[in-house]
Amino acid sequence: MNRKIAIAIIAIVIVVVGVFAYLYLSPTMTLVGSGATFPYPLLSVMISHYAQETNVHVTYDSVGSGGGIAALESKIVDFAASDAPLGATDMAKAPGSLHIPETIGAVTIAYNVPGIPTGLNLTGKAIADIFAGNVTMWNDAEIQNLNPNTTLPAKNIVTVHRSDGSGTTFIFTGYLSASSPAWNNSVGQGKSVNWPSPPGSTSLGAIGNNLVAQDVNNTQYTIGYVELAYALQNGFTVAAIQNPSGNWIMPSLSTIQLAVQSAAASTGLPAGNASWANVNLLNAHDPQAYPIVSFTYLLVYQELNVTSGMTHDRAEALVKFLWWVVHDGQQYSPGLEYVKLPANVVQTDEATIQSITFNRQHLPTS
Amino acid sequence: MKISSLEDDLFKILAAVIAASAAVILIVTGYTLFNGALPVLQRFGTYFFTGTQWNPNATPLYPEIYGALPYLLGTLVTAAIALLIGVPISLGIAIFLVEMSPRGLRVPVSYLIELLAAVPSVIYGLWGLFVFRFWISDYVETPLHTYLGWFPAFRGTPFGLDFLTAGIILAIMIIPTVSSISREVIRAVPNSIREGAYSIGATKWEVIRNWVLSYGRSGIFGAVILGLGRAVGETMAVTMLIGNASGSAAMPTSLFKPGQTMSSLIANGFLESSPGTLLYSAYISVGLLLLLLSLLINVIAQVMVTRIFKVKGGAVE
Amino acid sequence: MTSYTYRKFKNRLFFVLCLGCVIIAVVPLVSILFEVIARGAPQLSLQFLTQPPQPPSLPGQPAGGIGPAIQGTLILIVLTSLIGIPIGVMSGVFLAEYGNNKYAAVTRTINDVLTEFPSIVVGITVFLAVVLSLGHFSPIAGAVALSFILIPIVARTTEESLKLVPNSTREASLALGVRRWRTIVSVVLPEAGSGLVTGSLLAVARIAGETAPLIMTILGSQYFFQGFNQPMDALPLRIWRDVTSPYPSQIAQGWGAALVLILVVLSLNIGVRVATARRSNGAHARLGEIRK
Repeated sequence: MNRKIAIAIIAIVIVVVGVFAYLYLSPTMTLVGSGATFPYPLLSVMISHYAQETNVHVTYDSVGSGGGIAALESKIVDFAASDAPLGATDMAKAPGSLHIPETIGAVTIAYNVPGIPTGLNLTGKAIADIFAGNVTMWNDAEIQNLNPNTTLPAKNIVTVHRSDGSGTTFIFTGYLSASSPAWNNSVGQGKSVNWPSPPGSTSLGAIGNNLVAQDVNNTQYTIGYVELAYALQNGFTVAAIQNPSGNWIMPSLSTIQLAVQSAAASTGLPAGNASWANVNLLNAHDPQAYPIVSFTYLLVYQELNVTSGMTHDRAEALVKFLWWVVHDGQQYSPGLEYVKLPANVVQTDEATIQSITFNRQHLPTS
Repeated sequence: MKISSLEDDLFKILAAVIAASAAVILIVTGYTLFNGALPVLQRFGTYFFTGTQWNPNATPLYPEIYGALPYLLGTLVTAAIALLIGVPISLGIAIFLVEMSPRGLRVPVSYLIELLAAVPSVIYGLWGLFVFRFWISDYVETPLHTYLGWFPAFRGTPFGLDFLTAGIILAIMIIPTVSSISREVIRAVPNSIREGAYSIGATKWEVIRNWVLSYGRSGIFGAVILGLGRAVGETMAVTMLIGNASGSAAMPTSLFKPGQTMSSLIANGFLESSPGTLLYSAYISVGLLLLLLSLLINVIAQVMVTRIFKVKGGAVE
Repeated sequence: MTSYTYRKFKNRLFFVLCLGCVIIAVVPLVSILFEVIARGAPQLSLQFLTQPPQPPSLPGQPAGGIGPAIQGTLILIVLTSLIGIPIGVMSGVFLAEYGNNKYAAVTRTINDVLTEFPSIVVGITVFLAVVLSLGHFSPIAGAVALSFILIPIVARTTEESLKLVPNSTREASLALGVRRWRTIVSVVLPEAGSGLVTGSLLAVARIAGETAPLIMTILGSQYFFQGFNQPMDALPLRIWRDVTSPYPSQIAQGWGAALVLILVVLSLNIGVRVATARRSNGAHARLGEIRK
């Protein structure tokens, strides 16, 4: 009995070792990144195509913007992804880091109310009041007044928020802070905030855009904030938000594109190694622009030798990957409801990527 | 004649050193967590244990502050629900297997119960998220809310991701542990006690209730404490079903509210915090608190259970 | 109704209640198995078991498979066993053979306490102590975290199995002039062999299903094993990531992964039952072998 067990165990060990040795020995370059769930639908497709073209395997783990930034600061990943630009504290903890906007997305307000079709009208202030727990019923006057032609049910609103450190939360709370001074003073903008919950209100926490989408999908009378791709690809009912021009705008590629054009034109973009904390595409001027739009960034160190496990070859592969993302990779955006980077942003990115060094040597981009 | 040789001594020392691995694991864990928790403990002191606000984002009105009381209560409340539901069921199973079951059923039934322990936590969570929460929401919570909604514990529209669902899943998960130890305890009750009781005309129920269970009282109590320890430490299934509220919203004021336990809080947010920040240290502090609670419960359990009789660890897990 | 009839009624009621408890406990088990099989079985195919996952946002594309997750779990089992079983067995040997002192008593209690450690606490500790020191997520960190859970279980089951070996066996061996350590290694351990294997296999089944320690140590990946300094995937992680997704194809994949994991864990458990049904008892034969 002992002998048979010993043989069985040895056999299993040999098989497993053989399997992973075989795969280990096949030469592939690997890069590791982690961060936002916001761009995950696009990044995962880009990575898949890139692997087919170049045999470079990029592992991207969508743990949330906060997780990506934390990993970057601990230098345990090659690049991070975040919808929230680095604040002053984070810039200090990740000195010499670069912001590379790789795509643009929008935060939609998705809801699940039986009988109410897509396109419910909401203002920033109304949304702030709902998420602050001051408006607790779907047929509250504040919501009903915005939607005179719809009968809203007398049911409690269940808000769904992100319980992890999220760039999507950062964008969303930024919009709420701009729309409601009360929100700005009490809750403010951040990747993680203290979600208010006065008595009578109910708020669910969910990890990742994924789970927020799932919770809204599975539970009636919920309202949550999710990135556009997640909402459109799964056929959610989303709100039409009032923009600064007074129009009710549904999130779509065209309305987001208008936001990007009108916002990027009026504000100059900082250099890659400067602070991007004041860059935002919220409440753009165009009459048909969707108001809750944002860049999402890839973050890397300008001098790559600080990253654990970095070698010259891997640094070169990383630079080429980043170059590809802002050029050829952009072709995959429209199909997945993300907006291609406009020319001026690509130019800024090019300069940033070209500034990346390994052991003070510049790296080729193609 | 030499009784022991150099080789024997070396072997004994080797074994003793390796056996120290347990202490090493415990000390490393305690030290690492304590070290990481210091910044928050020094900054907030007792507020951390008694306060309810969890605010990682300083604003003009509210400073950054971390209070873990809601999560401690969340852990205790879900564990209490688990015990309230799970212990009677476990006792019922144990009594059935020892006192009532036909010989042939004993092995299959006990094996089925042990299989419950073999199912990984994440699969409990998966099943809970897609199947069980709708059962609870439709057949338990909605009726309770409709008819007894005035009762504080049943307030709030139920939708299945809350303290109650998390507590019930925990109850299912502790049944194998509590029932198998209770089984040993009941089996260890000397037959003379039973025979004495039967001989004065007691029914089976009376024998069990008045004699067997009171004889095994402390052992069963030990089993309950062990089940409590298990419930407190559980992470994945709870994280997927508890609704993930935070701050004062996580205070367990109703069974149908989304809540948070210490372990689900950490699973949610630890990786998102940057090393060196207060938030990072806050998560580690919650981990330390959880560790201390778990140690306290389990040491008590060990003392109670091994005092009665030897327990076969591991195999009954 | 007479008092006796009432008492008989209570007795019957009690029997029904206890039986009811058994049924209540079995229902979730049946439901879990049913759901996992019903939702997971349609996913199973050779491709599913050996291919890496594909991005779910590509419409019309096949969802790929969970090959890396299966490989990762196997690798973790091997690494954890390599680290944990020798340490656990030796600890158990110490507790059983040299265990009548204060130090052993304390160690025994610590081991029992460690078996109930919250796994998330293990995850944080190993993240802080190993991942941050190494500078990257790593299968080694994952194996260390799982060993924290495995070692105490193996130590205690080893101790219990060794204690089942009658002292007469040890004494007989010593009386023949065999050294104490050799007695333990060549006589007592093999004699307790099936108990050791049982305990180890059950411990392995337990760690195969652990998720929380892995989130913070191996991170997860969509690729096969890429080296000891790279993140890796594993079945419980894959389930966790897949089912918290809004894409139906990923959720379906998660159920498939759950089915594979349950099959692995259950077959370890059932295998152990079958094996212990046939216990061997060859203490004297063992002594005979050594004497030759």
